[in-house]
Amino acid sequence: MTPQLLLFLVLALVAIASALGMLISRNAIYSALFLVLNFATVAVFFLLLNAPFIAVAQVSVYTGAIMVLFLFVIMLLGAERAGQIQAIQWQRPLAVALAVILLLEAGYILLGQRGVVPLVTTQLPDGFGSPAQVGTSLFSSYLLPFEITSVLLLVAMIGAIVLTKGEKK
Amino acid sequence: MLPVYYYLGLAIILFTIGALGVLIRRNAIVIFMSVELMLNAANLAFVAYARYWQSMNGQIFVFFIMTVAAAEVAIGLALIVTIFRTKASIDVDQISTLKG
Repeated sequence: MTPQLLLFLVLALVAIASALGMLISRNAIYSALFLVLNFATVAVFFLLLNAPFIAVAQVSVYTGAIMVLFLFVIMLLGAERAGQIQAIQWQRPLAVALAVILLLEAGYILLGQRGVVPLVTTQLPDGFGSPAQVGTSLFSSYLLPFEITSVLLLVAMIGAIVLTKGEKK
Repeated sequence: MLPVYYYLGLAIILFTIGALGVLIRRNAIVIFMSVELMLNAANLAFVAYARYWQSMNGQIFVFFIMTVAAAEVAIGLALIVTIFRTKASIDVDQISTLKG
């Protein structure tokens, strides 16, 4: 067993356990903290996959900004224990059955294609996934989507302000 | 590098847990977090294939998905705060009418 495989297995276990923890926790604060752990482990996976820029962006954007926003809203509303009652009785077993079906289908396709997809072990080009390469791609072939993204963020910012402003009486 | 289907398998498991969270949880904020988990599983598959094909395009896509997720979270949490102000609850079963 190579060190990389060992690292993968341990981290995969942590990722799945923290995702399940998020799902099961009764308290929304615990859910959010489990999700932070999950995002951090996924960032390590990005590092393993030669994507250092994406890994750092994952930590700063997801585990930093987005999850802080989540925690802030949960604590602001004091709504961490909402949702104790179950309105529809058969909803939970049905949801679990559907999730198992989805998992089995995806797993079947994955295992079926395992022989088809060959293993690539060739050397990567220099600086693969580095901020310089990401920046070059963003500002050459993806320039228009990048500019549209800035408009999207502006719309999100204005929308959030307008929605939470509250009406002046 | 490990075989790409290791990462795909993990992404599938994380995506399924996220979908399950959307289906069985009643707290709107936890449902929202499950959606983030699903987006993140998709990101993992993208980065795994970007490494596999040695192409930057997958990583650029992840970058865009992250920006869309950030915008979505900002708007979604603003909506949740507004709904909580009028309904004093974020249980999705209570939020079944369109009227405020």
